[in-house]
Amino acid sequence: MSTAPPAVALSAARLDEVAPRRRSRLGQRAQRRLRGTIAFGFGTIWLVIVLAPIYFMVLSSLRTEGSYVTANPWLPTGGLTGTEYSTVLHAGLGGYFINSVIVTAACVVITLVLSLAASFRIIRRTSRLSGAALRLLVFGLAVPIQALIVPLYIIIDKIGLYDSLSALVLTMSAAAIPVSVLIMLSFVRDIPRELIDAMSVDGAGEWRIFLSLIAPLSRPVLATVAIYNGLSVWNNFLLPLVLTQSNSSAVLPLGLFKFQGQYGIDVPAIMAAVLLSVIPLVVLYIAMRRQFVRGLSGVVMR
Amino acid sequence: MTPTPTLTSPGVPLAKARPRPNQANRPVGRGSYRSADLVGLLPTLVLYGGLILVPIAIAIGLSFYNWNGVGALTFVGASNWSRFFSDSIALHSLEVTFLLAGVSWVVQTPLSMALGLFVSGRQRYRAVYSALYLLPLLLSTTGIALMWQALLDPNFGGIAWLGTHWHLSFLVQNWLGGNSTALWTIVALIAWQFVPFHTLLYQMGRRQIPQVLYEAAALDGVTPLKQFIYVTLPQMRYTIVVSSTLMIVGSLTYFDIIYILTNGGPGDTTRVLSLDMYQAAFQNTTFGYASVLAVVLGVIGIVVALGLVRLTGFGSMASQREGVA
Repeated sequence: MSTAPPAVALSAARLDEVAPRRRSRLGQRAQRRLRGTIAFGFGTIWLVIVLAPIYFMVLSSLRTEGSYVTANPWLPTGGLTGTEYSTVLHAGLGGYFINSVIVTAACVVITLVLSLAASFRIIRRTSRLSGAALRLLVFGLAVPIQALIVPLYIIIDKIGLYDSLSALVLTMSAAAIPVSVLIMLSFVRDIPRELIDAMSVDGAGEWRIFLSLIAPLSRPVLATVAIYNGLSVWNNFLLPLVLTQSNSSAVLPLGLFKFQGQYGIDVPAIMAAVLLSVIPLVVLYIAMRRQFVRGLSGVVMR
Repeated sequence: MTPTPTLTSPGVPLAKARPRPNQANRPVGRGSYRSADLVGLLPTLVLYGGLILVPIAIAIGLSFYNWNGVGALTFVGASNWSRFFSDSIALHSLEVTFLLAGVSWVVQTPLSMALGLFVSGRQRYRAVYSALYLLPLLLSTTGIALMWQALLDPNFGGIAWLGTHWHLSFLVQNWLGGNSTALWTIVALIAWQFVPFHTLLYQMGRRQIPQVLYEAAALDGVTPLKQFIYVTLPQMRYTIVVSSTLMIVGSLTYFDIIYILTNGGPGDTTRVLSLDMYQAAFQNTTFGYASVLAVVLGVIGIVVALGLVRLTGFGSMASQREGVA
């Protein structure tokens, strides 16, 4: 604290020395305002690029097949209606929706339970198995899932799960495990050692420690991992494409794709289907934006 | 017992020099640890091993066989591999893949960085912008593809409408069907989808830079451009590496939008390696040859991802843990 005032004074003196030579105070302020304006313009252009397609989609979904072709696509004129929403709901979107909810929920629960248990065992380092597990998981982190679709298709077919929701749950959970364990490890590692030891001395077994200490303390990282995995499972297209076939086991991303084949030029119906499929995520985003942002970036930021 | 704040001593490097439970005075027998490890790790390892590690082995093994999916396996040695190196379509798709990844990086990185720095500013309106910028991340790839397909339709799409009514004739194009436009359109759509995510990363990276550095620079009369070059860029190198690697690995293995919108066309102009592999497997039912393409795709992904491990120190963290196993 004693050194701070001289330092500031020194810098202020230097500022007096440098600033006038460069430009007047007024010029500086004008320049800052100019920079602010340029930044505002740049940011606003990007905002338009982000929002315009979504606005187009919302508007188009409120038209009929006929009025979509004739009306100005950028203005809410020429008659808006919600009939296409009921069209797609009657055409099986509800079923795809329920499938997506089941698959996403099952994947998130399985991944959270398995990854947290694995992380706990890995930081306990009580046997060779935990070290081997970590090495195997780190190895798998780098393998792109796209490269595995052929063997996954073969395995799922051989164990009789082709065209079932279980096939999606199993493969997507397996794919989510490495990254989930690594995110959780960096969190579980920071749970104070003393707490675990104290419980251990009090005679608590490993299970007891896991359930009444590790699990409750890990709630924030569980939310992060749940959102990250939930989002990628909800939006996954490739694995459903390869592992399912019938309408009864199609999830939303695949169902939307099927709609496109089915409806072809009925663009309003397709736009309505896309918008209905995104509603849960929008609700989630509005309700818990902070956790959502953390979940999205949780993979790389610790 | 409840965890009290006094016990939670922050800043203590707990990972280091902690005694192994089975060396210290352990309250329970070794057997209970072993069973806990089995129960805690085995389900994970079975699921992950069976559906990630075994598939890796199958992909490599199958690349030496011919198989149509139903009949018998025929061992063909390295002939699938030699076919790959003389397969002009596959080699072209490899070129398209690298071109797509390279151009995507060049387009997305400066844009994401600029937007990330923009939204990390303190003005209230920028927080609102930042929340809206994330909206594309909520849409599924299929949703994004279908939305843009409608927008880019040369007859009834929103872009073509603007071109016709505002006399901007260059906007009236068969964006996804034209030989010269298809790949660049795909690049733009991928950027629309992923720039929001990378903006978020750069925003967080910028927030982690101590404000003192900028205050000191401003007091010394450093111009904003030089602040960016000498403070922001070096301080954000971790973010840049992470974002770039995710971006490049992601584009190298990109499949969804291309499959839905162009299916590799027109001609082979947007045919990427992952699409080539998908078609070899599920349209031509040449599973052996598809496995060659899969292994190539996997190796490319791993090599680039290893770059991340090397450059960010992620690897040193992992090896520390490996060492104590």
